[in-house]
Amino acid sequence: MSEILLQIDGKEVKAAEGMTILEAAQSVGVTIPTLCHLEKLTPYGACRICTVEVDIGGRTSLFPSCLYPVAEGLVVRTRSDRVDRIRKMILEWQLAHAPDSEQLKDLAQIYGADKDRFEKEPAFCILCGLCVRYCAEVKKKYAVGFNDRGPRREIAFVVEVASKECWNCKECFPLCPTSYAQAAYVLTEALAFPGRSSEPLPAE
Amino acid sequence: MPRINSPAELEKFRKDILSKRDPKKPCIAVCTGTGCLALGASKVVAAIKEEIKKQGLESKVKVEADIRETGCPGFCERGPLLVIYPEEICYLQVQPEDAKEIISQTILAGNVVDRLLYTGPKPDEKIVQESEIPFYKNQKRLLIGNNIRMDPKSIEDYLAAGGYRALVKALCENTPEQVLELVKKAELRGRGGAGFPAGKKWEFTRNSQDETKYVVVNADEGDPGAFMDRALLEGNPHSVLEGLLIGAYAIGANEGFIYVRQEYPLAVENATIAIRQAEESGFLGKNILGSGFDFNVHLHQGAGAFVCGEETALLMSLEGKPGEPNQKPPYPAVKGLWGKPTNINNVETWANVPLIINKGAEFFTSIGTEKSKGTKIFSLVGKVNNTGLVEVPMGITLKDIIYEIGGGIPGGKKFKAVQTGGPSGGCIPEEHLDIKVDFDELAKVGAIMGSGGMIVMDEDTCMVDVAKYFLNFLTDESCGKCAPCREGIRQMLKILTNISKGKGKEGDVELLQEMAEITRDASLCALGGSAPNPVLSTIRYFRGEYEAHINEGKCPAFVCKDLISFYIDPEKCTACMICLRKCPADAIIGGKKQIHVIDQEKCTNCGTCYEVCPTRFAAIRRLSGEPVPPPIPEEERTIVGASKK
Repeated sequence: MSEILLQIDGKEVKAAEGMTILEAAQSVGVTIPTLCHLEKLTPYGACRICTVEVDIGGRTSLFPSCLYPVAEGLVVRTRSDRVDRIRKMILEWQLAHAPDSEQLKDLAQIYGADKDRFEKEPAFCILCGLCVRYCAEVKKKYAVGFNDRGPRREIAFVVEVASKECWNCKECFPLCPTSYAQAAYVLTEALAFPGRSSEPLPAE
Repeated sequence: MPRINSPAELEKFRKDILSKRDPKKPCIAVCTGTGCLALGASKVVAAIKEEIKKQGLESKVKVEADIRETGCPGFCERGPLLVIYPEEICYLQVQPEDAKEIISQTILAGNVVDRLLYTGPKPDEKIVQESEIPFYKNQKRLLIGNNIRMDPKSIEDYLAAGGYRALVKALCENTPEQVLELVKKAELRGRGGAGFPAGKKWEFTRNSQDETKYVVVNADEGDPGAFMDRALLEGNPHSVLEGLLIGAYAIGANEGFIYVRQEYPLAVENATIAIRQAEESGFLGKNILGSGFDFNVHLHQGAGAFVCGEETALLMSLEGKPGEPNQKPPYPAVKGLWGKPTNINNVETWANVPLIINKGAEFFTSIGTEKSKGTKIFSLVGKVNNTGLVEVPMGITLKDIIYEIGGGIPGGKKFKAVQTGGPSGGCIPEEHLDIKVDFDELAKVGAIMGSGGMIVMDEDTCMVDVAKYFLNFLTDESCGKCAPCREGIRQMLKILTNISKGKGKEGDVELLQEMAEITRDASLCALGGSAPNPVLSTIRYFRGEYEAHINEGKCPAFVCKDLISFYIDPEKCTACMICLRKCPADAIIGGKKQIHVIDQEKCTNCGTCYEVCPTRFAAIRRLSGEPVPPPIPEEERTIVGASKK
């Protein structure tokens, strides 16, 4: 595979074709924050926290590093005024939903985000989609999905699937940046199939 | 309809059709587009058919008149409308009762029915011919002008008007490269919003290394108040098909899709019929016109999501997945439908292609401005006298569209702003009415061409309310995938709602601007990227109005209900009881010879009293940002004789 030379935060970086900016940055120890990224999953580009500045064709543009493929001669800045402003605002918006998320709080410190800037609307979920995509792509069970759209979007466990599949998996819980996935599951279980999923169904 | 296997067969068939038609024979073309249908056009058609039968027999004169049910010619304000050929007599607001007179007077006796004609501002100013009506006269109707000349369900009508000639020219006389060059030379820009050069887009797709390629018609028109694409697809579906075929040939695609929203049932029906006809007659399928080129088209109905007008979301939807956009790059030209190179253009863009092939690139570039060529269809709606579809050359001024074609603002009100480009567009104030309408000039004043929505607003429009309206629309239509769009719209709407309720705070305007910038810069697709435009453009031109709401609790246009009150001027009230009877909240106290008073506790600020109070009294006052005067004491309310006590 051909080798691509690009610049990230002033460092010359050698990357392989097909890599994303995020991967190239990680390979040389440059950290770019992410909320919806997981190596095992197809990049999704929804949280926009990994937005970076890219000089391309004489213009500076903003792209999510998790999706943007490396190209010869790219000049990337993972921090800049614009980038930091974007990350700060997104964190402040998300903290209105999940003020206690450790991951969000840590990032808020770095970017000076005020967790009380916006009125609290505790949905607890920041809609990163890690649980939904992990369940679909890795486990191929589709036990959890998105409901509705826009600001009304939320995750929801599909009772028919979750009641059979989730009890011995629960692998999405630790992926969740806010622990809402677990809460949503427990609530679904309590309301729709109490006790049924905590242990295996009796053998035939 | 026989299968046509070669250009020669097509020309012979066309001749056959034309030989059966007598251009001197009267033809009544009734618009049966969605607008006129809603106004009762189908009853008009039925009545005319009935009359022809009746009068043809009774008068023993053989009436030979064709009735043609056509697509929308644009003058929706005055529908149902019809045009009688060959004289081109245009009748407006026709009712079924008029059928008798139309047949006996116009068709049989050759007289014009005066009262159905267009009347200008002066009552004696009657206009007979369609093309002389100011609404039409100032347009350049290269695309939409054909609608009234053909029945969209008849391929023979399309062929009689010279249809599929461009296809012959492209397929049989030019290589794909030559067709591509021609479209590039014509500098056709996409009519769906961004104005990207269509030829360049075609070239990217053509150059992508893959055997399988697709072409798509984006007919997912979703801007509130916009219906250009609907009118084209339901009024002249073959022109869209022909454009698509030519594009597919140039790009090297053998399969195409029409993605049309299911809320357009007539467009779906007419496009489906057109596809079937084109298949039967050999314009679709294998070895089209003997050229060796194969092409098939499928129609796909969208489920009514605004975001599916965004091309990557459209492709997801077409694949059967949730209509959520994907990051570009990769562009659909490289990786589109099912991972294959795909070229997506809007309905109007495709409809322009046959015109370019037929008339040449030079003809096309002779119309318009330096960087925007050809015409553009706008749907002119809102507070304007002549609402409807207008097709104008690029470069016409906004003033000409609104005043010359649109006939100005109704009710003697003052113009305030015009909103172009739908929810992604911006509001343009009076000071910019002289700008030449094209892609770049509109962008310079903070609006966009968009797909062609044009909403005129008068002095009774509150700009905070307008921004709130569009953000509310986008709240429903954002897919919610990416955080900046979902959260940015949510938070901006919250602040706008607060401002409109008198709960705005100092710094709100700056916060709106800050959030607008982040939403624009960080969102995944163009919906989020352009969602802040209504906010930014209203702040840019009407900041004072925001400040009046925030600092004085005042809505200068008297729209925001929480900031206004109504008050009856005791000096002017004549106790006529009209407002008292009409008030839906029973909030008006009074009686015969008793000056009326509004119970502010009960009043819902609906404004009914203000509207019904006779102008000769004008006793109702609207207040905003000031206290309501105390009601006149009960003992002083009685009116004695002509004077008041």
